[in-house]
Amino acid sequence: MIREYKTIREIASPLMIVRGVEGVSYDEMAEIELPSGEIRRGKVLEVDGDKAIVQLFEDARGINLAESKVRFLGKPLELAVSGDMLGRVFNGMGEPIDGGPAILPEEKRDVNGLAMNPAARAYPAEFIQTGVSTIDGLNTLVRGQKLPIFSGSGLPHKELAAQIARQSKVLGSEESFAVVFAAIGITFEESEFFIQDFRRTGAIDRTVVFSNLANDPAIERISTPRMALTAAEYLAFDMDMHVLVIMTDITNYAEALREVSAAKKEVPGRRGYPGYLYTDLATLYERAGRRRSKKGSITLIPILTMPEDDKTHPIPDLTGYITEGQIILSRELYRKAIAPPVDVLPSLSRLKDKGIGEGKTREDHAGTMNQLFAAYARGKDAKELMTILGESALTETDKLYAKFAEEFEQRYVNQSYETDRSIEETLNLGWELLKILPRAELKRIKEEHIDRYLGAEAQ
Amino acid sequence: MSGKVIKVSGPLVVAEGLKDANVADVVRVGEMGLMGEILNMTGDRASIQVYEETSGLGPGARVETTGYPMSVELGPGMLESIYDGIQRPLTEIMRVSGDTIARGISVPALSRDKKWDFKPVVVKGARLEGGDIIGTVQETAPIEHRIMIPPTLSGTLEDIREGSFTVDEVVATLRAEDGTLHEIKMAQRWPVRVARPYRRKFVPSEPLMSGQRIIDTLFPLAKGGTAAVPGPFGSGKTVVQHQLAKWTDVDVVIYIGCGERGNEMTDVLNEFPELIDPYNGEPLMKRTVLIANTSDMPVAAREASIYTGITIAEYFRDMGHDVAVIADSTSRWAEALREMSGRLEEMPGEEGYPAYLASRIAQFYERAGIVECAGSDGRRGSITAIGAVSPPGGDLSEPVSQGTMRIVKVFWSLDSNLAYARHFPAINWLTSYSLYTSNLTPWYKENGFEDFLADRERTLSILQEESALNEIVRLVGRDSLGAADQLTLETAKMIREDFLQQNAFVDVDNYSSVERQAKLLRIIIELDKQGRKALEDGASMEGLFAIGVRERIGRAKYVPDDAYDEEYRAISRQAAEEIAELVAAGGENR
Repeated sequence: MIREYKTIREIASPLMIVRGVEGVSYDEMAEIELPSGEIRRGKVLEVDGDKAIVQLFEDARGINLAESKVRFLGKPLELAVSGDMLGRVFNGMGEPIDGGPAILPEEKRDVNGLAMNPAARAYPAEFIQTGVSTIDGLNTLVRGQKLPIFSGSGLPHKELAAQIARQSKVLGSEESFAVVFAAIGITFEESEFFIQDFRRTGAIDRTVVFSNLANDPAIERISTPRMALTAAEYLAFDMDMHVLVIMTDITNYAEALREVSAAKKEVPGRRGYPGYLYTDLATLYERAGRRRSKKGSITLIPILTMPEDDKTHPIPDLTGYITEGQIILSRELYRKAIAPPVDVLPSLSRLKDKGIGEGKTREDHAGTMNQLFAAYARGKDAKELMTILGESALTETDKLYAKFAEEFEQRYVNQSYETDRSIEETLNLGWELLKILPRAELKRIKEEHIDRYLGAEAQ
Repeated sequence: MSGKVIKVSGPLVVAEGLKDANVADVVRVGEMGLMGEILNMTGDRASIQVYEETSGLGPGARVETTGYPMSVELGPGMLESIYDGIQRPLTEIMRVSGDTIARGISVPALSRDKKWDFKPVVVKGARLEGGDIIGTVQETAPIEHRIMIPPTLSGTLEDIREGSFTVDEVVATLRAEDGTLHEIKMAQRWPVRVARPYRRKFVPSEPLMSGQRIIDTLFPLAKGGTAAVPGPFGSGKTVVQHQLAKWTDVDVVIYIGCGERGNEMTDVLNEFPELIDPYNGEPLMKRTVLIANTSDMPVAAREASIYTGITIAEYFRDMGHDVAVIADSTSRWAEALREMSGRLEEMPGEEGYPAYLASRIAQFYERAGIVECAGSDGRRGSITAIGAVSPPGGDLSEPVSQGTMRIVKVFWSLDSNLAYARHFPAINWLTSYSLYTSNLTPWYKENGFEDFLADRERTLSILQEESALNEIVRLVGRDSLGAADQLTLETAKMIREDFLQQNAFVDVDNYSSVERQAKLLRIIIELDKQGRKALEDGASMEGLFAIGVRERIGRAKYVPDDAYDEEYRAISRQAAEEIAELVAAGGENR
């Protein structure tokens, strides 16, 4: 039953109030027909008696209270999914914008998805080699993980994300993979950077792009990541593909959410963001993962810029609580021309422990990883002390640690965006750096591994 | 009794025509029969929080009250299960609706087909009161499930049967004082928001062993106590919670995953059946009940999940078991409360949280404790409650952390700087505390841990001194410190690295018995004492810091459990010998 009303009473973008409605339900889609025949879309946020509050997905400009018509469609926002989505570009509402034909849908899916049953999940444990030492060696990514990049304005997160997309592989497997890229309120240039990079490597044919650029309606940003994840779910769990989803920039998404919340006059949480920001972000991030009954997987790399590089800002903070770790970029390392400037110590992969070790990477991986972290932390402290008190204030051991920290940044962290290091190379490089330290300091590593990998020439 | 929906706003539904319904009644909303609970009544209008996604619901939809408050079903079959926030079994749901959770599914919490061997422990004609045990079922290898008279009943046993029954079958009949007959089944229901009754409460006096060195040694928790684990993201809260769920010496563990990642629950589901309980040799899963409301599941059920968990815990406590309730994370529960409060348009308190936040937190933790259970046999049971707190930005001044700190007695404060240096568990030894130490002192004394108490004091003071000395080192460098102070720094480093650090991912180090902890600490404290004496006797400081036994102590925690005693003795001997040599050499130089 399609019901049409000409009773729009109020528009305060992005909200619209329609009176005298009947049989309207929460969360259903609405179409607004302008006098010119143009169609805009929205969804029902609240129904109270005969009053419906509709959130517009697009601009409110040109909507006329007297002449515009509202139709309630009786279904939630949907995306037409099919294998033909690969290689195509869509807008934030899931409509093709690459000039190609409309998608012949296999199925139409509610973009909100359904919560995954934790009993149906398979625990992510397959090592993904990204070729980036700071990720593979220290903050290992596994298939089905959600690992965000916390960046700041002007930091090279797009180069790192493109490098991960380009180089990622699961060792010893030749399975079909796909990339879903969601551009959320970013500039044309940034979006084009990714698309060109996919084109350069030929990955574009296996890529689905959802693009909401900075000059597209901000409200559309709320649906963009949901469109992307719905497409990813179809590719992963219906077509058995291993899907890498890159979403940038979550900060823009959260701001769009705040805009709607403010328009609804909700009690704001921290920094004006709605109290349900955590839950809302979780309904996006939690759609990544693997399922026991399915071959495919969704690995999610959301990118966000931390306002003022502040990790405690609600967006990175809540993201960090939901996701399985984070890769944090450092402005200090960036100024030292270290590429990629990954801030190793606060970065983390929560799922690394199940993805590394004998049979996956190498037996010495866990021990060397912990040792490198601990040594770098101590080396950084020593360097700090050195700047205050001078080198003579350090003990001999601390001098070695300071040297280690410097070399670690220059050789291990620094590798350029084009270098693809194998996990063997990364681990061996780690050992080479550990040689700087006295053997007795290597308490985190098993004796047998030290004997095997450190080599005879060490002390 | 049925009414009609007039307003839908996310999980909040307002319905009219319900004037006979009770506040807190469970209702079924719409054609799909979505489950909800009445929060407020105004005239015949009820504000309802719906535990499932409400999309597609609109004015006019039917609302049916069940007339009962939100309850859980208690009986054999809960152990080894994974439930959602309103006690629907997730493995069953998977059978019905596949990989995702569809709406309006109704599956009983306890299997209706499974038969349990019921062995009576009382005879016909017995005078029984609420809480008395009438028989037992061996639910899993380590856990005996004791069937009790529901707390509200008492009377004379008319009949009791032995044999194999489902939870729906009558195993006994009870004649109450007023002559009415009550059929007793193995399953009973209990409203989750009401604490189950007990006879009286005691002050906790026995430590809860967790096998985690920093916890058992420095900041111990008592059986029947309460603890909170606050920490910013990535500081290892979940790993600490999982370690506690694995290794605490209780009979039953209720693990509530409240608004957290789905993969964490999957991890527990995969891992616990494989892990062996060090206290009884059986897989850990056999003593565990999981409650999972992951962060992508409906927010209203998150609010309920905490109560579902603690009610199940009370039921096992009533049998006379020691139970641990582990909730990760109470902040998500508080946020769910805030979201509903906002939709009800209540006047917000601090940071948008409702004004009743602190009292709700206190009510939850107060359901923990060690008690004499209901019933006439005087048995004791306990609930230990451990809640994770996820303070935004790691800032403990926010309302949930503050409300929690006011009520809990143990505080394990996680520190991101320790986590960055991969010092795990990242529990900060300067800011954490346990208020149970004095209550527990008699227990330690009675059980031969006299030295351990003294060593603990010494350890804490060394760590305190280290932090003060570090301030000086930062200003003037380490060389300006005297030999004794430098020794303090060395010992503190040894305590931190060789004792407090514990690797949850290395099998040997995963769990450390309290005896072993005491012995390892003894070695370190004794080395410090002998070192001090040696310095006085003329030993060289450099020599003291370079003795070979230090590296051996560093590896002591990785020695297998069956060999550690011997190794620790050998370490003590080596330490004494090496120090004696140093003193001898130092004496010559003088």
